[in-house]
Amino acid sequence: MTPATPDQTWVQRNRMTITPILFLLPGLLFFIVYVISPIFQSFSISLYEWDGLGQADYIGLDNYRELMTDRSFEVSLWNNVKWLVLYLLAIPAGLFIALFLNQTVPGIRLYKSLFFFPFVLSQVVVGLVFSWFYLPREGLLNAVLGLFGAGPVNVLGDPGLATYGIIAAGLWPQTAYCMILYLTGLNAVNPEQIEAGRLDGAKGWRMLWHVVLPQLKPATFIAFVVTIIGALRSFDLISIMTNGGPFGSTRVLSFLMFEKALSEYGFRMGYGSAIAVVLFLIMLIFIGYFLWQMWHDERVARR
Amino acid sequence: MFPTPIQKRSRPVQITYQTFLPLALILWLLPLLAVMLFSIRPLSDFTNGNYWGVPSSFEMFHNYGRVFFESDMPRYLMNSVFITVPTVIGAVALSCMTGFALGIYRFRGNLLIFFMFIAGNFVPFQILMVPVRDLTVSTGLYDTKTGLILFHIAFQTGFCTLFMRNFIRALPYELIEAARVEGVAEWRIFWFVVLPLMRPAIAALSVLVFTFIWNDYFWAIVLTQGSGAQPVTAGITSFNSQFVAQYHLMSAGSIVAAIPPVAMFFAMQRHFIAGLTLGAVK
Repeated sequence: MTPATPDQTWVQRNRMTITPILFLLPGLLFFIVYVISPIFQSFSISLYEWDGLGQADYIGLDNYRELMTDRSFEVSLWNNVKWLVLYLLAIPAGLFIALFLNQTVPGIRLYKSLFFFPFVLSQVVVGLVFSWFYLPREGLLNAVLGLFGAGPVNVLGDPGLATYGIIAAGLWPQTAYCMILYLTGLNAVNPEQIEAGRLDGAKGWRMLWHVVLPQLKPATFIAFVVTIIGALRSFDLISIMTNGGPFGSTRVLSFLMFEKALSEYGFRMGYGSAIAVVLFLIMLIFIGYFLWQMWHDERVARR
Repeated sequence: MFPTPIQKRSRPVQITYQTFLPLALILWLLPLLAVMLFSIRPLSDFTNGNYWGVPSSFEMFHNYGRVFFESDMPRYLMNSVFITVPTVIGAVALSCMTGFALGIYRFRGNLLIFFMFIAGNFVPFQILMVPVRDLTVSTGLYDTKTGLILFHIAFQTGFCTLFMRNFIRALPYELIEAARVEGVAEWRIFWFVVLPLMRPAIAALSVLVFTFIWNDYFWAIVLTQGSGAQPVTAGITSFNSQFVAQYHLMSAGSIVAAIPPVAMFFAMQRHFIAGLTLGAVK
């Protein structure tokens, strides 16, 4: 850095402080107004009974007490657990497809893109495509089942099956995402280590487990992050495919919150916010873990 | 390379692989292929129960023509364009700046601000919903494209900052130091030294944000309601209630809604994938 000389202005002398502030300001301001402060506002709104227009009444923790006895909250929470657990299947499934496609045969690039492209479709389109796929009369699923003599199944009409049907639809793009992460990761795997493993007689599963997977760790981490976040954010598919039904059996917290706060059943902003807070706290466990992990990497990189 | 290259395996294994490849692809895309088939069938096929046989006639132009000329679909598509493009420009511009500030300068709170951007990017939308909707209503921006654009820019800035900052970190720092020794002003370093090197990152983020915003549904239904401002993801539900149970038209409609991001992906594949892996997996 140039030493400060008397004829420099205040701005010039402090440019290393002023420049980053000026560059950060617009983005930071936007982010604080629209993302950071709403989080805190939601916490406070959750302590009120408010229809979004009139007077908001402070009711303390009553919204949370009501949640404890709300049957639909229990169903939604349980469905969130199903989503979380089953959505993680996208990771091994993506790895499997990536291994299948990691070859150099003519046209393989096109195959990779075509396997990936469900991820580019909007969840709305995925939801529509799958709800038509499941249709009892016109749907392809039942046409295929019919070939094997199995009776028609109304996947989305059956309270016991509907959630699984929606999760399966969600797994389609999510698996594609994990696949592309692993394909990129496999490209960077050190060929010398593979050769060394081969010389030591490692093959197939053992090679995958002991030599390849450790090198794919960064890919696995990102796959884990995006899959967990995706599972807890599930909303579009449910809204499009069943709209929470049948009999509220496919609701998850994100959907229940929307329904309570902003639908024809009444505008209960406070109660909705309480649900959002619970969802946020669940997510916070994961966010905390991800950030801790990234912070750790950042520290290592600095040394 | 893992698994063992197919060329080194026996002939039967190679043939099996080559036949399985297209079969697996067809199986993978089956639900979508079904919708494509639906979208070129005539209505009479559905009333006659001919769902999976050869279409009795190919009505591609007729079906897609009706989507474009007898519904609000073109309007929704235009809304999507006018929401997506400004968001991409805004979010990428803001994050070039934040990324530059966080990637180049050392100051107290640098890492803290960076992690705030990352954390905000992971939160559930529902925790933002009530206050953001309230803010949008009170500024008179409810049911306008501007209201939606402003929120999208703010939210995407989180992800874009993460990406840009890491990208700038990987640039050779000597370049900046050399420029400083020459006495180049800081903003000129940003404009003439760093920005030209950020082109690949800008391309990757633009494609990614384009897809994210085009495909957004939640904020579209929270912040807009009519065909005046709603993007195509939200508009498709009213489209479907206009043509209820006419599967040939609904299929054509959803294919039309899906095409722009798909085209974007196929045109800019390399950038797209570089962006998705967050640059962490090289």
